[in-house]
Amino acid sequence: MKSILTDRQLAITIERLSHQLVENHLDFHDTVVIGLQPRGIFLSDRIYRHLQALVPSANIPYGKLDITFYRDDYKSGNLHVPNETDIAFSIDDKKVILIDDVLYTGRTIRSAMDAMLDFGRPAKVELCVLVDRRFSRELPIQPDYTGRTIDAIITERVKVLWNERDGKDEVVLIA
Amino acid sequence: MHLRMSLSVKHLLGIRDLTRQDIELVFQTADQFKEVLQRPIKKVPTLRDTTIVNVFFENSTRTRLSFELAEKRLGADVMNFSASGSSVSKGETLIDTVNNILSMKVDMVVMRHSATGAPHFLAKHINVPIVNAGDGINEHPTQALLDAFSIREKLGSVEGKKIAICGDIMHSRVALSNIYCLKKLGAEVTVVGPPTLIPKHIAKALDVNVSYDIKETLKWADVANVLRIQLERQNMPLFSTLREYSLAYGVNRKLLDSLGKEIVIMHPGPINRGVELSSDVADSGQSIILDQVENGVATRMAVLYLLARKEN
Repeated sequence: MKSILTDRQLAITIERLSHQLVENHLDFHDTVVIGLQPRGIFLSDRIYRHLQALVPSANIPYGKLDITFYRDDYKSGNLHVPNETDIAFSIDDKKVILIDDVLYTGRTIRSAMDAMLDFGRPAKVELCVLVDRRFSRELPIQPDYTGRTIDAIITERVKVLWNERDGKDEVVLIA
Repeated sequence: MHLRMSLSVKHLLGIRDLTRQDIELVFQTADQFKEVLQRPIKKVPTLRDTTIVNVFFENSTRTRLSFELAEKRLGADVMNFSASGSSVSKGETLIDTVNNILSMKVDMVVMRHSATGAPHFLAKHINVPIVNAGDGINEHPTQALLDAFSIREKLGSVEGKKIAICGDIMHSRVALSNIYCLKKLGAEVTVVGPPTLIPKHIAKALDVNVSYDIKETLKWADVANVLRIQLERQNMPLFSTLREYSLAYGVNRKLLDSLGKEIVIMHPGPINRGVELSSDVADSGQSIILDQVENGVATRMAVLYLLARKEN
């Protein structure tokens, strides 16, 4: 198991991602944030807290999206217990920032876009991820904001540990 | 958290076969489908490559519509078959009928039949998941799941709650499935009705309380699940007149006002208004009858979702 980001590096990375979002969205007047269940929520919660501190005047809508019912591997025997979806606002004509922890094959994001379009028709969708495994894509999906790019081989696994759930903050590569 | 979990059964033939964990998994899944049903687009593509056939050998409106809506909300392809006007009336056997339907590459069967055990028989002979939508006087598992789900939603949990099941226990598959389900979830159950409509050894066999006094039972209860008098299943009179039944066992405003507390009123429908339940009670704020109907779709979506998974 190899450490890719320590807790300090993880905190700085999340802060940088938040600043990049502010740089592109300024006052967030027509922007909404949506975190992907289950593990993208830990990242989106933190980014959202940063955004509130950086742009205190903005009242940014923040939702959580579960994509279990939109997965394309249902037939392969993978049964997932769904998580809560909570999007209590319209995304019509809004700029949506989708947030997830690891971008790997791109299939989760493909499902997320399907799920999101059932809630309305956004003006624009951006993708923000903590880790981009850039050579593992199975669909043409790329992030707009990346915390760290990792070139891992297929047998390796990238795991993001969160203090709230795992007792510590760290990104590790498991061989 | 994405837990990899599944039901312990391949078919939903009865609540008797389920574990408490199975029931809780259905509820947990149904919670999320309830959210789907509140969305602007109330449909998900989860079962978009699955074909489900609803085979109804016995009349039903609400259960069939509820299943059909659940299937369509999941994106499945749906076929409906009703026995009346079909080859069943020409003498075709149950297995032949279903095998013919399955030859059309159907992935799941939802079946209602007037004979107890018909879905169990079918499950031995065909290889796709079967959901029992009511068999004779045996079980109606999805009704029990949606009833318990509605109690959980209204009162926070089922465990420790006191539930009265009122009326025609003898002929009710809803009563039997409800008893199994509520007991597995840790509720205390009393069946109440005229002695002729309560099976003799039910207290011992199913570990429920038996009462013939509706007022005393409702004083004790948190919830009253009032059942329909099933005149069509009675081949000899088991009480004198509907009017007398209504006077002795009907749930009405006067009875509820005399309890000194507010209890939750449920009914699986269709209601014989003015017989087992008066109209003012059925339409009152303490009745959750329409919530039961709404929860029926979410609960059935959960059952279909959990059973439709393909084995590799």
